[in-house]
Amino acid sequence: MSSFWNIWVWVLTLGSLVGCFLLLRMCLKNFAGVKEGESMGHTFDGIEELNNPLPKWWSTFFLLTIVWAFGYIALYGLGNWTGLLGWKSSNQGILNLAESKAKTLEYLDKDSGVLVQYDREVAAADAKFGPIFEAYAARSIEDLATDGEALKVGQRLFIQNCSQCHGSDAHGTTGFPNLTDKDWLYGGTPAVIKETIMNGRIASGMMAWEGALGGDQGVKEVAAYVISLSGRSVDPELAKAGKAKFALCAACHGPDGQGSLALGMPMGAPNLTDNTWLYGGSKRAIEESIRNGRAGVMPPWKDILGEEKVHLISAYVYSLSQD
Amino acid sequence: MKNSHEKVEKNVGLFFLFTVFAISIGGLVEITPLFFQKELATPVDNLKPYTALQMEGRDIYIREGCSNCHSQMIRPFRAETERYGHYSVAGESVWEHPFLWGSKRTGPDLARVGGRYSDDWHIAHLTDPRSVVPESNMPAYSWLNTDTLDGELTGRKLATFNFLTRNRSHKDENGNAIPLYTQEEIDGAKDAVKGKTEMSALIAYLQSLGHALK
Repeated sequence: MSSFWNIWVWVLTLGSLVGCFLLLRMCLKNFAGVKEGESMGHTFDGIEELNNPLPKWWSTFFLLTIVWAFGYIALYGLGNWTGLLGWKSSNQGILNLAESKAKTLEYLDKDSGVLVQYDREVAAADAKFGPIFEAYAARSIEDLATDGEALKVGQRLFIQNCSQCHGSDAHGTTGFPNLTDKDWLYGGTPAVIKETIMNGRIASGMMAWEGALGGDQGVKEVAAYVISLSGRSVDPELAKAGKAKFALCAACHGPDGQGSLALGMPMGAPNLTDNTWLYGGSKRAIEESIRNGRAGVMPPWKDILGEEKVHLISAYVYSLSQD
Repeated sequence: MKNSHEKVEKNVGLFFLFTVFAISIGGLVEITPLFFQKELATPVDNLKPYTALQMEGRDIYIREGCSNCHSQMIRPFRAETERYGHYSVAGESVWEHPFLWGSKRTGPDLARVGGRYSDDWHIAHLTDPRSVVPESNMPAYSWLNTDTLDGELTGRKLATFNFLTRNRSHKDENGNAIPLYTQEEIDGAKDAVKGKTEMSALIAYLQSLGHALK
């Protein structure tokens, strides 16, 4: 704050405090020319105004609020002066995260003379919970998946951060994978689950195929063939024509439609033979997927949650598909 | 001094003036200096102007009253930053006209919602919130899927933001202000949004939130 505004704040604040005091002092005196307790000569609806003084308890408390204000200013400061405590709620002037971290470290030092309430609060919590998370982070995901306490923490983190898409029971919904079955797009090993949560996934391979398949008829044919892969009955003529066109799909989904994971490829093309459908298994939904493509996105959580929490969530998710 | 108090009691105009004076002191001390404080007019390093589509999305956010139930202000309490991320700082809001901090959280804070959910999730959620969050009491905004933008005013909106932020934009090496939008961007704004659905605009806006503090 420039010195002009610093002086502005000081003068107005102290001025109004002094003004309040003078106002109180004036109101404690009797200027009415009427003796205390006698009529002011003003009646309304039979109610008479008497010249009564301000109640003592009231004027005492008024005076105390002024004293309180001076105490408050002394502790918490005014204008550019930070006060005796050096207190502030947070570091508002920062322009990037590195600056935020540097300020936090600088002011956590007791000699800095600055007390940032938020940073103290976080430091206290870190001292309490830090070792717990650290101990969990040092253990393997398989190990944590059998630890009831760790799973409880993981579940709470999951419900807070993951349930909006995958559901509070992790069963998923249309477009958002079920995490409790053994059907994985990118893999269900602890390391892959953690990688998926840390860095997210962008499924960009399933583009719109209508053009490449020769229009609506081509879509219908391939859809019929895809449906037949999981043993459902379809028009055999359509399926046969679709099979011929499936070569285009086989690049990612594999020659038999068993998915990229079975082929050891990391692009997340689903298994088409298990009758588990991320975007719905109806004829219409499958045709829609082929016609316009699908682009599922799992956001990266590394920066939002940090590795220790992701480790615990990974253990929880891993535990869901273990018998 | 005679009974001068009587003058105030019997003169409503004078009483009004004194009341305004007494009330204004708080604002003069707490609010006025903020307008002139450099820290509050300096954008955070990574602050980027809204694209034309995000700008239209922001106006849909305002039109549909999203800020009645969603704040965009993460307070510096650990309980909030654990859930939403780093607390909001002044430099993130210097280009906001009007700011959309909100004051009520029927739904969660959205200050850092960008990148938290996929576009598909936002479409499902805005079309029918209960389809992904069964206990949600948010209204459905399904018409956003079919209403499209004409972009008639988009260029003027960008130009207006250039004017409003003229003293608070990023500076180049010579200390000259860099306007948020070039004339080219303003001229191309209509074509950038024309025909797009309101859903895509709103989602573009939501996905842009909260990335400035890096």
